[in-house]
Amino acid sequence: MNIKSNWWKITGVILVLFSLYQGLMGRVPVLPILHETIRNIYYHVPMWFAMVVLFVFNAIYSIKYLSSGNEHHDNVAVEAANVGLFLGVLGLITGMLWAKFTWGEAWSNDPKQNSAAIGMLVYLAYFVLRGSLDEAQKRAKISAVYSVFAFPVMIVLLFILPRLTDSLHPGNGGNPGFNKYDMDNQMRMVFYPAVIGWILIGVWVMQLRVRLLEITNQILEN
Amino acid sequence: MAFIKETTTLIRKEFLMEWRSKYALNGILIYVFATVFICYLSFKKIDPITWNALFWIILLFTSINAIAKSFMQENRSRYLYYYTIVNPAALILSKIIYNLILMSIIAFVCLVFYTIVFNNPIQDLTYYLLAVAMGGLSFASMFTMVSAIASKANNNSTLMAILSFPVIVPLLMLLIKFSKNAMDGIDRASSNNEIGVLLLINIIVFAVSLLLFPYIWRD
Repeated sequence: MNIKSNWWKITGVILVLFSLYQGLMGRVPVLPILHETIRNIYYHVPMWFAMVVLFVFNAIYSIKYLSSGNEHHDNVAVEAANVGLFLGVLGLITGMLWAKFTWGEAWSNDPKQNSAAIGMLVYLAYFVLRGSLDEAQKRAKISAVYSVFAFPVMIVLLFILPRLTDSLHPGNGGNPGFNKYDMDNQMRMVFYPAVIGWILIGVWVMQLRVRLLEITNQILEN
Repeated sequence: MAFIKETTTLIRKEFLMEWRSKYALNGILIYVFATVFICYLSFKKIDPITWNALFWIILLFTSINAIAKSFMQENRSRYLYYYTIVNPAALILSKIIYNLILMSIIAFVCLVFYTIVFNNPIQDLTYYLLAVAMGGLSFASMFTMVSAIASKANNNSTLMAILSFPVIVPLLMLLIKFSKNAMDGIDRASSNNEIGVLLLINIIVFAVSLLLFPYIWRD
């Protein structure tokens, strides 16, 4: 294994393992309503960070495909969307579990929850669009156009809309949560590594899937 | 200058074609009347929140149906002709502007008919009309590009709905909030955020449409 080119994969694995261990065994502040569920922040929030990074990859590689017409760029774009969607589903599930314990219901009509669900729909529509086109080049081009077109809307949906209304999520309403007052420094020492670790793992999975896809295509061609 | 001239010529062509057949406009107007009437027959009396939401839902489906057609009538041979004489940005811009005018007419007619059939709870009419106009702008700018994409994928109307719902939801949420403020006659300054974000999204959509359309107009 080449350390020079693989250092980030090793870092990702170490950081995720560290955050998994700390998430179960680490010390957390005692807070009303949240209690021990505060540990979920190491699992729930990094999913969204990693998802957004992968969707950014999808948009960048879609633009790259449009300017180059290189099939590899399309493969990266589609796998980024795949892995991003998977991470988004994990984020929704962990969020719903958490909401069940702290807000009382798995789906509490929270603007961020709704936005996230609609954001997922954008990428599901992206896959439906891909499925409806048979010709590979046309499929790549048109789906790239759709993904670049939908990306700014998704950004508005996830980052601007929830801030315009009251949300149960921390930082948006008057509820107790993890804003800068109650996440102490010790938690931050686990939270940030967890975010970076999951982003790296997500990119690695994407890279592996791209390689798998390209090898499969090669075998099918021969 | 040539770009503006191309765009205006194309818009004039759109109107001329519409005027000759009167197919899209008449069809859509009947669609609006029928839908509003069906809603009236099934609801009879509704409270203001539902009134507002129902109005936007009717307008949403009407505009999807109206704008889905905008690229269907362009057949392959006419595209071949376009390739040789026009700039793709002028083509998409002309379609967006034409759809914007069409949507404004339809939205206004829809509102008039809707308020006649149902009651009229609007307190700040000027701002409600502004909300409706911005709705027309948002639907036109968003759906024109989506219909261009869908038209390349075998003109599937299911696909048009699938592709456009996720991208229109943020706009629709802002529009419903904005128009509800106007309906309740709340202080106008409280809608500033919504107007700002709506304008921002529309500018982005305009820019992205002009940039992306050249990539899909050729097969």
